[in-house]
Amino acid sequence: MPAINVNPTRQELTRLKGRLRTSIRGHKLLKDKRDELMKQFMDVVRENRALRKKVEDGLMQAYGSFTVASALMSGEMLEQSLLYPKQSVELDMSFQNVMSVNVPVYQFKTRSEDPGEVYPYGFATTSGELDDAVDNMASVFQDMLRLAQVEKTSQLLAEEIEKTRRRVNALEYVKIPQMQEAIKYITMKLDENERSSTIRLMKVKDMILKQSIEERREANEKAIQAFGGQPEAPAEV
Amino acid sequence: MYKIAVLGDKDSVLGFKALGLDVFPSDTVEEARKTLHRLAKEEYAVIYLTEQYAAKLEHEVARYKDELTPAVILIPGKEGSLGIGMANVKRAVERAVGADIL
Repeated sequence: MPAINVNPTRQELTRLKGRLRTSIRGHKLLKDKRDELMKQFMDVVRENRALRKKVEDGLMQAYGSFTVASALMSGEMLEQSLLYPKQSVELDMSFQNVMSVNVPVYQFKTRSEDPGEVYPYGFATTSGELDDAVDNMASVFQDMLRLAQVEKTSQLLAEEIEKTRRRVNALEYVKIPQMQEAIKYITMKLDENERSSTIRLMKVKDMILKQSIEERREANEKAIQAFGGQPEAPAEV
Repeated sequence: MYKIAVLGDKDSVLGFKALGLDVFPSDTVEEARKTLHRLAKEEYAVIYLTEQYAAKLEHEVARYKDELTPAVILIPGKEGSLGIGMANVKRAVERAVGADIL
């Protein structure tokens, strides 16, 4: 018996064969999708690792400069210097389609193009270390944004790959074998039915033949008796 | 037009203010949690979260992982990196491939 319950009929068999064809085709397509996604994902993830390392190092450096700056300036002063930023960042997000996965593409715009404008304070009352700190921060920010894009992409791709992989496996190891088994079961059942009906026909034919022979013999015997019971007479049957 | 937020303890996020990002210093984990959810609902496409808070907000961060926006990106806090960001990259690989192959 197959794992799934099926009616052993010709109609069911045609339906199952159709489904099997579709499944095999779907399996092939999904497998291709998985492979391509995996290829893209490996590229993205490699970049992700490199960028993350770079950003983490860069940030640690920037934090270091900030610590130095805060040692040289009072906390209030530091806060006050950074309280009103001159620069502002706006983010433009568009989407890119990677194998039917929407991944974000960020583009950011700063309000002023001049890189010297990142310092939101006058130089007179602040220490030079703060300039360094802000500088470090600004230089690592490019990478941070790129990291955001790459990391989000890798997360989304990972999710999609996981889903696709499950589908491929479900088709390959469960659905398709199940259908093949069901098809085999139906074919065997149909063949069996056919054989049994042939045998039945043969039996019926035998029975009819036997009956007609019997009838013929009886008719002959009656005829012999009617002619006076000469037993030497029957030359034919 | 989308915005970028930085969420973390006060000392860590101060520097980002100079760059013109929207900075949300929070003192407690509970506050960070609320702010994170609030920001996710608003027009923030990228939220930088310090690892120190991310370690305690694991559940919340995981929630936004499979959504298109916002992208919650972990950055090291002032005390240094906890390695959570790297671990997440590793986890993404494991999730996709089934084993860490890098």
